[in-house]
Amino acid sequence: MLPNTGAARLDHLDWLEAEAIYILREVAGQCANPVLLFSGGKDSVCLLRLAEKAFRPGRFPFPLLHIDTGHNYQEVIAFRDWRAAQLGERLIVRSLEESIRRGSVVVKSPTESRNKHQSVTLLEAIAEFGFDCCIGGARRDEEKARAKERVFSFRDEFGQWDPKNQRPELWDLYNARTFKGENIRAFPISNWTELDVWQYIAREKLELPPIYFAHRRQIVRRGTALVPVTGLTPAKPGEEVIEMSVRFRTIGDIPCTAPVESFADSTDKIVAETATITITERGATRLDDQTSEASMEQRKKEGYF
Amino acid sequence: MSTIENLSAIDNGLLRFLTCGSVDDGKSTLIGRLLYDTKTILADALHAIEHTSRRRGLDGIDLSLLTDGLSAEREQGITIDVAYRYFSTGRRKYIIADAPGHEQYTRNMVTAASTADLAILLIDVRKGVLTQTRRHSCIARLLGIRHLVIAVNKMDLVGYSQQVFDAVKRDYLTFADRIGIADVRFVPLSALVGDMVVDRGERLAWYRGPTLLEILEAAPRAHSEDAEPFRFPVQYVCRPQAADDPELHDFRGYMGRVESGAIALGDRIRVLPSGGTARIKDIRSGERSVYTATAEQSVTLLLDAELDVSRGDMMVESTDALQPRKQLDAMLCWLSEIPLDVNRRYSLRHTTREVKALVAGIAYRLDINTLEREARAGLRMNDIGRVSFKLAQPLCADSYASNRSTGAFIVIDEASNNTVGAGMIL
Repeated sequence: MLPNTGAARLDHLDWLEAEAIYILREVAGQCANPVLLFSGGKDSVCLLRLAEKAFRPGRFPFPLLHIDTGHNYQEVIAFRDWRAAQLGERLIVRSLEESIRRGSVVVKSPTESRNKHQSVTLLEAIAEFGFDCCIGGARRDEEKARAKERVFSFRDEFGQWDPKNQRPELWDLYNARTFKGENIRAFPISNWTELDVWQYIAREKLELPPIYFAHRRQIVRRGTALVPVTGLTPAKPGEEVIEMSVRFRTIGDIPCTAPVESFADSTDKIVAETATITITERGATRLDDQTSEASMEQRKKEGYF
Repeated sequence: MSTIENLSAIDNGLLRFLTCGSVDDGKSTLIGRLLYDTKTILADALHAIEHTSRRRGLDGIDLSLLTDGLSAEREQGITIDVAYRYFSTGRRKYIIADAPGHEQYTRNMVTAASTADLAILLIDVRKGVLTQTRRHSCIARLLGIRHLVIAVNKMDLVGYSQQVFDAVKRDYLTFADRIGIADVRFVPLSALVGDMVVDRGERLAWYRGPTLLEILEAAPRAHSEDAEPFRFPVQYVCRPQAADDPELHDFRGYMGRVESGAIALGDRIRVLPSGGTARIKDIRSGERSVYTATAEQSVTLLLDAELDVSRGDMMVESTDALQPRKQLDAMLCWLSEIPLDVNRRYSLRHTTREVKALVAGIAYRLDINTLEREARAGLRMNDIGRVSFKLAQPLCADSYASNRSTGAFIVIDEASNNTVGAGMIL
């Protein structure tokens, strides 16, 4: 019997990393045809690093998938392609524009937020490739409706999440079984907070799209939010366009992602800023979650990841 | 008070704990208080609950609203599921599993307890030890939680009286002794006012022990208290077979997490159930080679001999006496609305292995309020009983009391793919 002297050496990031690697390997061991959702955002950047640690020197046992809303920042798309090529892994891109052309997504106006419509394109991609598990970078601390999310979250054949019909999840014994057409969403960084993510990015020296760091940008103030002035989100008549130093805390569809004022132009500065920050991640920067207190819960029921 | 601002302080890893008690005990308020006083609550979340508190005609902030969950349960005013919350003191990261208290939610508490190293059990000082307190204590004991903290809450409502606190403590100790709970600590506190949760406050000067947070900060880490045997269930086999890279051509890495104990380069291991032995040639953590790996680390092991190893196999030290077995006795908590059917075949998932199983017998059902045994022919949802299984293939199991990772299993109903039972091997 070996004395167990090493456990005390794991710091909290080591522990979170080891758990995430364990979850990724469970997906690989249990699922026939998984896929990893990679958007170029910071959470999925962490997932890719974790997948490297989990599976190298082998190849990833899954391709990468991005649902492109057509409203993404160019810097993020360029980063996405660069990172996938750097890893030498297969990247599948399915675009919401195709769903609009097919008629499965109907948008009210070309500039409205496409965030909620992503679910349709995602479900179409799942059907097209027959994926039985989608690995995502969602975290339980992001939003109230996620606090009860399972690490392996079951979705029925319509991609629906039924909070009352989730499998009990005990110890680390995950159950990824599905029948044809059903789907598991697996969340390896469920137990991470925004600060953990930034600390991990700093520790692993991970590259990110440049708009995560402080940069000068033209914005207008709308209520408490800073709205970036873009082709999709022009200033309204009478609004004052100001240039200020901002960074994005989350990155999504342009019309629903707002930056925060910041001078943090390095990962270390962002870690320090995140540690003392006084507003929640989604509260500050996701214009769509504020619509109603239960809006995330609603979207998840409809198949949002 | 140390807060999240002290990022450079010593990182004492992570502690998972469970809170149990009913809404009436002030559990939500206690969690809200922990989050609030460790400055985990952010301005907009606070603003939202201030708004709701005002709308409901309350004077102050109702901290219990911070842990309010899904809209379905808000409507019903109950909590239907385990919620996970996070906070950090800069010295340690905490994961709270927040379990609802009602009797019909035994399975939720079992779920929450399965990953917890410590449990905080709330007692309303005015009500003392209730049936529910006993039930929660029994479950915590069954699930192998080593450290129990009894938070005697609402001290503000009894004038912070030491006498009342001492009476509750005496009562509980009598009960704890009977069911065999060894490590139990008591803290008098007021979650509402905040005394002895994070800050000491001024009204409980007679109490000289640590605050609740001080107990959490000092709680021993998982796997740190006893020497444990090495257990490594294989999760995944990595065979890159890259034709263009001669170094990778014969690469065969066994990927998994060390569930207990430790392993070092050169150690001789045995692969179960087949029994073949080999030495550890390389240990990889990410891209690096390391000399040792210890409990809770995810690594890749390389062997010096070619053995037939696949997912579901278990590596142990070569001298370990662990024997594969095709029969087991367990305490089983039933989780499904469809009762356990002794005539059906189930699937058991134990570590990374899945086997078919038949129920060989139900010895008794446990009264979860007293741990007394009752003869019973079946198990329904929220029942816990002693069940024996016959297995189609062997498992390499330890007793749950000696090893939580290799002593636990779940039962899967193959007709629905649902997880229907949680077992602890005897």
